[in-house]
Amino acid sequence: MAESNQSGRVVGIDLGTTNSLVAYMQGDAPVVIPGVDGSNLVPSVVALDPMPADGGRPTVTVGNSARKTLIESPERVIYSVKRLMGRGLEEIQDELKLFPFRLADDVEAGEVPRIQLGELRFTPPEISAYILRQLKRNAERFFGAPVTQAVITVPAYFNDAQRQATKDAGRMAGLEVLRLVNEPTAAALAYGLDRANVGTIAVYDFGGGTFDISILKLRDGIFEVQSTNGDTHLGGDDIDNLLLTIALDEIYAEHGVDLRLHPGAVQALRKAAIEAKIRLSSEQFASFDIELPNGDRYQREIPRGVFELLIEPVLARTAAPCKQALTDAGITADQVDEVVLVGGSTRIPAVRSLVDDLFRLAARGKKPHTELNPDEVVALGAAVQADILAGASKSTEEMLLLDVTPLSLGIEALGGTVARIIQRNSTIPASATEHFTTGVDGQTNVAIHVVQGERELAADCRSLARFDLKGIPPMTAGLPRIEVRFLIDADGILQVSAREQRSGLAAEIEVKPTYGLTDEQVETMILDSFDHAEEDFAKRLLIEARNEAESILSKVGGVRTNPAWGQLTGEEQSAIQAAVTHLASVNQGDDMSAIREATLALDKATGRLAELMMDAAVSTALRGKTMTAAGEQLEEAVTAPHAMAPAEFK
Amino acid sequence: MLKVIDSAVPVACWSCSVAHNDVTLFCPHCSKIQPPPGGDYFSVFGLEERLDLDLAALEHEFHRLSRKVHPDRFARSGDNERQWSLADTALLNDAYRTLKDPLHRTEYLLKLRGAEIGEEHSGKDRKDPSRVPADLLEEVFELNMQLEEMRTAHKMGEEDPDLQASLEQAKRKFDGLEQEVDQDLRKQWQLWDNGDAAARKAAEKTMVALLDRRRYLSNLVRDVTETLGAE
Repeated sequence: MAESNQSGRVVGIDLGTTNSLVAYMQGDAPVVIPGVDGSNLVPSVVALDPMPADGGRPTVTVGNSARKTLIESPERVIYSVKRLMGRGLEEIQDELKLFPFRLADDVEAGEVPRIQLGELRFTPPEISAYILRQLKRNAERFFGAPVTQAVITVPAYFNDAQRQATKDAGRMAGLEVLRLVNEPTAAALAYGLDRANVGTIAVYDFGGGTFDISILKLRDGIFEVQSTNGDTHLGGDDIDNLLLTIALDEIYAEHGVDLRLHPGAVQALRKAAIEAKIRLSSEQFASFDIELPNGDRYQREIPRGVFELLIEPVLARTAAPCKQALTDAGITADQVDEVVLVGGSTRIPAVRSLVDDLFRLAARGKKPHTELNPDEVVALGAAVQADILAGASKSTEEMLLLDVTPLSLGIEALGGTVARIIQRNSTIPASATEHFTTGVDGQTNVAIHVVQGERELAADCRSLARFDLKGIPPMTAGLPRIEVRFLIDADGILQVSAREQRSGLAAEIEVKPTYGLTDEQVETMILDSFDHAEEDFAKRLLIEARNEAESILSKVGGVRTNPAWGQLTGEEQSAIQAAVTHLASVNQGDDMSAIREATLALDKATGRLAELMMDAAVSTALRGKTMTAAGEQLEEAVTAPHAMAPAEFK
Repeated sequence: MLKVIDSAVPVACWSCSVAHNDVTLFCPHCSKIQPPPGGDYFSVFGLEERLDLDLAALEHEFHRLSRKVHPDRFARSGDNERQWSLADTALLNDAYRTLKDPLHRTEYLLKLRGAEIGEEHSGKDRKDPSRVPADLLEEVFELNMQLEEMRTAHKMGEEDPDLQASLEQAKRKFDGLEQEVDQDLRKQWQLWDNGDAAARKAAEKTMVALLDRRRYLSNLVRDVTETLGAE
């Protein structure tokens, strides 16, 4: 595009392994935009509904509604797709052992892997695009206006291909990605907003599937990243898998049932493992109680001490990146002024005590920062960065983020060694210029292999791309002087340009990304290209409003048999009745805002009914359990009559 | 204001077409961001070539310029402005990264002055016996033997406290030698910054040798640290 969109909101998106969120800057504070179901978190789960009988394309659902499909028909659902982003077939073999990803059977080495979902096949960026589209819709519904520009966060330790795949996903979802921001840096922005911070902070970001550590220096609104390190395949998922594997083995040993043959049962067990993990953050014991396909029950109690011993090796893997990041920043743990905890896994007490040891916090009378919800802080920071990019905002005009590239960039030299041209932890944008020549008389092209990583041999680093410099004028060997400029942009993505200096010709470059989609492939994958059209947008909002109305109407319709209905006063009952009649009548028309108002009115009228029903749910949940345990279950079990429109994709 | 100290060729602004003599980051006429100016890293910060720099002032200037040219300031601008902001910021970052580090700064200045400094991208150089400083030949030979022994011990899962102690002692010694080189370098900085052409020439020659020795020593120390750290 020649001119970028000058107006319109820019939203901040945390595209997470487990959950995704969208946030924006409301005045001078970032806030998360809830979905139709009122929840801030959209589970990063994508499901394909059954094929329609007319042979049309089946609907794709995202989030909580997709999660429900997980146990019924796991072969139509995918989660944790972030683990596959920007990775080649040979790199994901370990993931395939641990996650129920079903690769399409015709995937060849060197191709972007495609995942089988029911009858259809999707690349990981396409799956991520569905999640992004859901967040985009949530934001559009919230603003009542189209949203076309976003900042998306990525793990700081994501390599070039993983970043490019994320950007591709944004484009497919109809979003112009103004910037990719590193997750720990985003968290620092969210924390840095409300205090005039000066000093050195460490952000320890232990999420669902990735671990990052970043060291930043704050000064006069400038957030300058000093160093970053991490592991893009280390997270809460690994802890879940540990618990799951143990349970599966015990079930096989004690009951002779190989649960691995029952994908639905494995998902139920995984859910129980996750619940047990969460409970162990607040309690000393958690238990499994699962019915097996043969009618037996698998019951197991896990004391926190056992859990901590079990996960110790997983947690220990975060220590080395932290030490390396400190070394690279040229400081010791004692020089870190503040530590910020990000990611759901930092709720685990054993993680907190590890962080305390690593940064000697208690010893120095300090505590890590956990004031902002660790599940939301990255999205909030993304919203701050979105506001910085949108410009013209008083609250962020003094702020500037200077981030670094997490991995060294190199080119393969003679003998397969790596010649490093941009060192890791260089502030981005960063560039390097290298000169190449020919080895044979009359040679007209030169091949260059670009890699990312810290190892000495190219074969041990991540292959990014092979460049073919073509159209070099035929000359004596060694005479051409080809200048190649490598530039890592502000998103951490590599751009390359070349020029033959003796002839002054711009050498033609053919880029073959080792793993990744071509521009043409991305174009064909763009979801709903008509998305920008205003009339379609209005139509869609109307459809969504109707869906919401119908959903709440059907819920309230069924609620009269609930004991809670009898507890309402006659006045309350007739108020609900009136609201139902009104909504049903405006829902026949085309007035989107009238439908929406009537829906809200009914929602309000049923407020006390929802409370009564929730109380009933609490007292059921409370039987034999502590308050905290019940509270945690409630998040899932609340069945107040709330509108729940499924996500729809055409 | 950022400008090239060498006399610049007049260029026409890509946006308003008005020519400006000084190659600045922003067009004096229409204020639009301009392509990266020519000139060296020192000129990016409006500095003369010199080795003893005020790092706090350099950082301050880096932050001030970053606020003006960073791509975050042009996220919603047109293609041209975004392209030049990216190129200008890359230059600014490359310049700051080079100048803030004493060794990189020295090496960069020496290269500007035409000194031949060996490129070293990987660790293979230090295995080359001809690169070993003559006064260290014997010690380096001894050290390499001990490092090899230590690695073998690690592989076998054995501990060798004597060897460990001896390596730690060697590390202290080489650390000390590194610091000596750093002090010598600083002395040369003063000679270069304040000297006439002849004094500068002499200082350049000395610094090329010092950098070579410094690089050799730091590779050695890194090797020892890594071997000691691996368990």
